[in-house]
Amino acid sequence: MPKGYVAINVERCKGCGFCVEFCPTHVLAMSSAFNSKGYHPPHVVNPEKCTGCDLCGMYCPDFAIYGWKAPESKNGAKSDAAR
Amino acid sequence: MTSQARDPAELGPRPEAEVPAESCDYQPENPVEQFLRTDRMPHIWCPGCGIGTTVNSFARALLEAKLDLDRVAVVSGIGCTGRVAGYVRLDSFHTTHGRAIPFATGLKLANPNLTVVVYSGDGDLFAIGGNHIIHAARRNLDLKVICVNNFVYGMTGGQLAPTTPVGALTTTTPYGCYEPAFNLPALMDAAGAVYVARWTSFHVRQLTRAMVDIFRKKGFCFIEVLTPCPSLFQRKNRMGEGLDAMKYYKEKSKVRHGAPTSEVGLTIDGDIIVGKFVDRERPEFLDLLRSQLAAQLGDRYVEVEHLVCS
Amino acid sequence: MPHADPRGVLTGVHFMDGDHAACEGALAAGARFAAGYPITPSTEIVERFAARIPTVGGVFIQMEDELAASIAIAGAVWAGAKAFTVTSGPGFSLMMEHIGFAVMTETPCVFMNVQRGGPSTGLPTLPAQADMMQARWGSHGDYEIIALSPNSPQECFDLAVRAFNLAEEFRVPVMLMMDEVVGHMTEKVVIPPAEQIEIYPRRHTRLPPGQYKPYAPGPDLVPEMAHAGEGYRFHVTGLTHDERGYPSMNAAAQDRLVKRLKAKITRAADRLACYEEEGTEDADVVVISYGITSRVAQRAVEMARARGVRVGRLRLITVWPFPTRQIRALARRVKALVVPELNLGQIVLEVERAAAGQAETISVPHAGGSVHAPEQILDAIMEVAK
Repeated sequence: MPKGYVAINVERCKGCGFCVEFCPTHVLAMSSAFNSKGYHPPHVVNPEKCTGCDLCGMYCPDFAIYGWKAPESKNGAKSDAAR
Repeated sequence: MTSQARDPAELGPRPEAEVPAESCDYQPENPVEQFLRTDRMPHIWCPGCGIGTTVNSFARALLEAKLDLDRVAVVSGIGCTGRVAGYVRLDSFHTTHGRAIPFATGLKLANPNLTVVVYSGDGDLFAIGGNHIIHAARRNLDLKVICVNNFVYGMTGGQLAPTTPVGALTTTTPYGCYEPAFNLPALMDAAGAVYVARWTSFHVRQLTRAMVDIFRKKGFCFIEVLTPCPSLFQRKNRMGEGLDAMKYYKEKSKVRHGAPTSEVGLTIDGDIIVGKFVDRERPEFLDLLRSQLAAQLGDRYVEVEHLVCS
Repeated sequence: MPHADPRGVLTGVHFMDGDHAACEGALAAGARFAAGYPITPSTEIVERFAARIPTVGGVFIQMEDELAASIAIAGAVWAGAKAFTVTSGPGFSLMMEHIGFAVMTETPCVFMNVQRGGPSTGLPTLPAQADMMQARWGSHGDYEIIALSPNSPQECFDLAVRAFNLAEEFRVPVMLMMDEVVGHMTEKVVIPPAEQIEIYPRRHTRLPPGQYKPYAPGPDLVPEMAHAGEGYRFHVTGLTHDERGYPSMNAAAQDRLVKRLKAKITRAADRLACYEEEGTEDADVVVISYGITSRVAQRAVEMARARGVRVGRLRLITVWPFPTRQIRALARRVKALVVPELNLGQIVLEVERAAAGQAETISVPHAGGSVHAPEQILDAIMEVAK
């Protein structure tokens, strides 16, 4: 169960690599795919390692990625139980 | 225009526009989103440019400082950073080259209830606008100045800036820069700013905290943010991509809070001293104006909070 | 129209110079913010404003230069104030970029220029009318402004009020083109009660945020304003922009915007035309003048009439937009138009263009430093009346 998640808006990405480089838990890697402008966006390679720290979101100069922490349920269990 | 387009099949598979988060029913919005004019995205900044990164810190600092966003105004001059005003979903003014500070002066004096942020570049604020920024600091008018320093004129194609380090190549110093550069924190310190800090676009959390600091502090506040300019400054000087600059900032930055500003000048390959250098109290301009006039005029002084015409 | 806020109106009969009267006009019109930089012979306007405004309720700030002063007023306007700046020759040159900015962003504001001799530092303490074309064309790009020319301290007051009203109505910078003599001349100035001074209010939008488009023009081509801090979260730029205020840099957007900025003034040209005409009905010669020169011209006209010449006079009060249609109609009726001015021939070019060959156009130039001698104008009248 990951502690956090990231979302990527690939069409805004310009492939700078900041998020991949500075992700403290190495969740991301550059994708070999292209977006419609010809840039390589990142993709999630280690989802289970994501802490939802949003450092990727703070670094992204194109507002194309961000992270968030998984919500905690009342009894302390993770989100799936909280539906 | 379309004759250059290649068959998308050649480019490999295209990812979906928005990658859904895996198995999470809760997905908040990107915190920066509410601060952006999303209908203007994507922005014009180059791949690896650091200006957008500073905007992330700005957005998060606005949230953290819990300001009334209807009362925050952003004023920019001209240049790459000058475009910030056009992308933030706030009252925003993209003024003339070098004149963000005097525009902001009029805005603030006519409505002191506004939090007035001047968000502009090193060339705009310190070359063409240099006279204005030292006088605004001298007056200690309550302006929050965020200066994005990329060491070069970006929008016009990579010319000499007052911050270009000696030895650096620019298109107007093709044999290397021989002009000494400004040490911006020292200049702002000397001119009277009450808050002076320097961070880089690598220091996103510290930068956010510094922005929160200046939103809460009264008086003329100044933050210098060093950012990559891969397309011009770095390309010209064979310094690699934006990511290389970010790694360089990580490696070369030394945090020295309270460092004497005379010691924080930058060189082309030396250490980068970052931190909060100045945090002091001086009477703010409007307070000075009001107390002087009230003392001299007594009951005849009419204090008006907001100069709004009918 | 609503009337003036009495706090700014110094009702009564005064003996004051044109500079002070212009300041009182600004105060009466509701100006509560001025930014300036000292420059002879205009400084008395802001000196008086600095002394008066704290007891009226407003702010004066002396900026570090004219570039700063001329955009600080724009900032104040977007925060909600009525604002103006004041200068003379060299300072006017420095303000040109922000006249263009005010035109492009449709920022209502007033620039007062107490003209002195130029070029460059020229004659700081002596008069000229040599910035008339600069007022019209000084900033880059195509645009249209409004310029008024007072010839007495009383008119400095009256036209200062009108300048602010026109600025608000058309959302355009308005130039009050004084000169050193009018600025420093002391005469009777009658300031009426506040309820007799009509004020054109700010064209503030009534639309809520979300529906409001900052640059969507109304039927008269003028858009409505919002102020910073009201929740509209609008954007203002000196770049070519669309109705949302967003940069839109292409030929179509440029065509739409720049033509509208021009047309909102030119469409109203007849209504804006303001001049004083006397004895032109059966005249062979008409002297066309403005500002201080009109007072010398009046003397010259009287002298010519004493010599039996049928001569009339027309004094331009609105100089820009130039009353082309009216001057053209006049040119059809007369033999010659004589145009004295304290420059080497500026407005005479407009007169000549308007006359379009229907009447002879005679320039009576003067390089500035003093006013004309009436005889100089008389000689031109007599020569053409032969």
